[in-house]
Parts: sequence; structure tokens; C-alpha cells
Amino acid sequence: MGIKLKLEGVNVFFGNNRAVKDVNIDFHANMVTAIIGPSGCGKSTVLRSINRMHDMVPSARVTGKILLDQTDIYEKNADPVSIRRRIGMVFQKPNPFPAMSIYDNVIAGYKLNGRANRQESDEIVEGSLKRVALWDEVKDRLKKSAMELSGGQQQRLCIARTIAVRPEVILMDEPCSALDPIATAKIEELINELKEQYTVAIVTHNMQQAARVSDYTAFLYLGELIEFDRTGKIFTNPEKKHTEDYITGRFG
Amino acid sequence: MEREHIVKQYDTELNEIREKLLEMGGKVEMMISNSVKALVDRDSELADQTIILDHEINHLEVDTDERCLEVLARWQPTARDLRFITLALKIVTDLERIGDQCVSIATRVKELNEEPPLKPYIDLPRLAEASSIMVKEALDAFVRGDEQLAMKVCNDDQFVDDLNIQIQRELLTFMMEDPSTITRALKLNYISKYLERIADHSTNVAEMVIFMVKGKDIRHTSAPQSTLEGQ
Ligand SMILES: Nc1ncnc2c1ncn2[C@@H]1O[C@H](COP(=O)(O)OP(=O)(O)O)[C@@H](O)[C@H]1O
Ligand SMILES: [Mg+2]
Repeated sequence: MGIKLKLEGVNVFFGNNRAVKDVNIDFHANMVTAIIGPSGCGKSTVLRSINRMHDMVPSARVTGKILLDQTDIYEKNADPVSIRRRIGMVFQKPNPFPAMSIYDNVIAGYKLNGRANRQESDEIVEGSLKRVALWDEVKDRLKKSAMELSGGQQQRLCIARTIAVRPEVILMDEPCSALDPIATAKIEELINELKEQYTVAIVTHNMQQAARVSDYTAFLYLGELIEFDRTGKIFTNPEKKHTEDYITGRFG
Repeated sequence: MEREHIVKQYDTELNEIREKLLEMGGKVEMMISNSVKALVDRDSELADQTIILDHEINHLEVDTDERCLEVLARWQPTARDLRFITLALKIVTDLERIGDQCVSIATRVKELNEEPPLKPYIDLPRLAEASSIMVKEALDAFVRGDEQLAMKVCNDDQFVDDLNIQIQRELLTFMMEDPSTITRALKLNYISKYLERIADHSTNVAEMVIFMVKGKDIRHTSAPQSTLEGQ
């Protein structure tokens, strides 16, 4: 299985503060890679650099290479909009567009990227909602506000919105931290299914979740990549004492 | 020194398991030395006490197993903690088997005590002592995560194997010289064999300790050199 996405010597600066230091990570195609580490270690910052979200922060600067299928997404003539179409993102808090219906939420991202006729839209909405196992729950109220859904349903809706634009990579930043255990299990099941089609990177502060859903795990600490390996290896026998102390709950 | 868990209760439960294993180990050591003392002193009452002590070992086995399962369910241990718990589950089985071997020894001893002694026992007590030390050191290695000590236990297994063979040979000459000794010699043969098995169980434990510390499995690799020899 090939490498879909490759971080090479990535640094992220906020002003003079180097929040991410010389990080190298290979994201394998059709696999789930988890990024773990204590709060503030730079997990979100790494993730956001992957779809050029720091472009919108004036003080932020990214150096190094981020290769999507061997092409650097920070290259001069790379187009951030098309990159964000190929690399979708799901956030911590379910954030459907409040004024929109369920239907319009799913198709919103797709419409931003170009026109869609009615029939095409219908197909995309149904396909995306089925993909996230939400179709049966909402098919009779597609025109209702997305805000009527439960938190777990909203998060699945956001994932449907992300996959509606047919990305290649899905980035998730603590996608379950606002959800109850059952809703969390549904998202985890979904992540397992999504990797058949997509390459997934997930930031999570829940170590058991990383152990359950990911194939590879990267452990970050103070902006540095301490260890990267198969998840099975990291959680049974990590190479670094530092990693072991963290995942066994020994960080003081 | 080992870092503590942020949640103290987790450490408490792991320590309780550690202590249960040590308690089992202490009892098993006593069973080994008493079963052979019962032979040397022709003390069948001591042999009976050894057999009774095995019930406590069985109880400890069940209790420790349950604690390990609960820790797995409640804390979902990872990395070194996971290796510790899976290892504890295996060590419990080895210790319980050692208890069973001691019961077998004590049973043979009681039978032997009904008949006149075959010979003064010199090598069997040495064998018992060496096996008992291996049990103790294997558990010490486990508790301290001491890979060097575990390695020593693995090496000492060769000494026990050699001593067992020496005893078997000696008993064979007895039997050839005087066939009336055969029944007694065979029983002593068994006892020697049981002690050798006890050493094997300790070696299992020691190998697993190395796995716990290094995360590297050395089972089923060739045996290293003995260090007990000539001591
Ligand atoms: N927009 C920003 N402006 C300035 N500093 C930031 C910004 N975003 C993140 N940081 C800094 O980068 C570091 C890593 O933050 P973050 O990636 O959010 O950590 P994590 O997701 O691991 O909790 C922190 O020290 C944080 O203060
Ligand atoms: Mg974050």
C-alpha cells in the first residue's frame, strides 16, 4: 500500500513561536493514522497545515514539504481551494450550517466547488448520507433544519458534507470529543468503513480510541514527533520510554 | 525507579497483583523445601502439610486471575502495563503447576517413608534448593523488572538438568546392583524429575520477564551457558 500523504520536515511558526518542529509522517493510503499527544503539543496545528488552514492566520508560517501524491501542496502554483477539495476536514464540534436544511448542508460544499443539477444533487445527498449511515434516520425530513439532529447525527452530517465533495484524504480533529459513547462508537465504525475509500488522519486525545480505530499512530510532544509506528506496536511495545509513559497514563 | 500512574488506584491494583504473586511464590518455595525435608527427615506429617498448603495455592491462583481480568476490563492497560498483566496471568499458571509438582513429591515421600531408606540423600536436597532459588529469583526478577536476574535463572536451568541426569544415573546403578531397590529408586527418580520440572516452570517465568522488560520474546531459542555450576 502506497503513501498518500507525506510530511517532510514540517515546521509551523506562529510569529516567533515554533509550534511544530521538523515533523515527518507518512500517511498510508486507505489507512487510518492517529495523531496523539498531550494538549497543546501541536496535533491540531499539524492537521491544519495539511489542508492549508494556516493560510488564513496572518502570523502563521509553514515550512517543509507536504506531499499529496508526491506534489507539494505548498508549491507556489498550488491552489488552496482545490487542495481543500481533495483534503477534507471534520472538526471537534459538530458544525452544520445552522440556517440550512439537512439536504442543503450535505450539498453545500459540493456547490461551492461548482454547479450541480437537481438530480445530481439528490444522488450526492443520498449517497453521502447512506455512506455515514444517516440516510434512514433523516430521509423523511431532509428539508428540516440540521439543528434538529442530535450531536452524533450532526457529526455524521458533517462527515457526509465532507465526503460529498469526494475528497481523497479526510482529516478529523477530535471528532468524537463532544459525543456520547454510543455516538462515538458509530463514528468509529464509520471511520473503519471510510478507509476503504479514503485516507484518514485523526487527532484524538482518547488513547483507547486511537488504539481502536487507527492502523498507524504518531505521538507528538512539544511540537516534535517522538514516535511513529504501527498502532499495534505503539500500544503493546513502543520503542520510546516517553511514548510508553504517555500511553500508560504516567505523565505527571 | 518506575514512574507512577496519574490515577493512584491503578497503581494500587497492579501492586496488589504483584503482592499476590509474591505470596504465591513464597508458599511454593516453602512447599519445595518442606517436601524434600519430609524425605530427608522421614517426616510424613510435614509431607501432609505440604499437600494441604496446595489448597491455598489454588485459591491464590483463582483470586489473582480474577484481579488480572478486572484490571484488563477496567483500566485497559497498554504497553508495559499490558505486558505485566498478561505475564502475571501466565506466571500464576506456572506457580500453580509448581504447587502440583510439590504435591506429587510429597505423595512419593509418604510412600518412601513407609520403607527403609535407600541411601543418604545429598543430591536431591541440592536439586531442591537450586529449583527453589530459581523460583525465588524468577519472581524477584519479575517484581523488579530485572532482566539480568531473569537471564541468570534461564542459565541456571542447565545446572538443574545436569544434576537431575546425574541423580538418575546414580539411581540406575542402585537398581542394577540390587533389584529389590527398584521400587524405591523409581520413586526417587520421579522426585528428581518433579524438581527438574519445577526449574522448567521457573525458566518459563524468567523468559517471560525478559519479554516484559525488553518486549522481546526469547522463548524457543537455544539455551545459554550455566552459571550455577561450580558454586
Ligand atoms: N492560531 C494560533 N496562533 C498562535 N498560536 C497558536 C495558534 N494555534 C495554535 N497555536 C499554538 O500552537 C501550539 C499547539 O497548539 P495545538 O496544535 O492547538 O495543540 P493540540 O491540538 O495538540 O492541543 C500551542 O502552543 C498553541 O498555543
Ligand atoms: Mg487540538
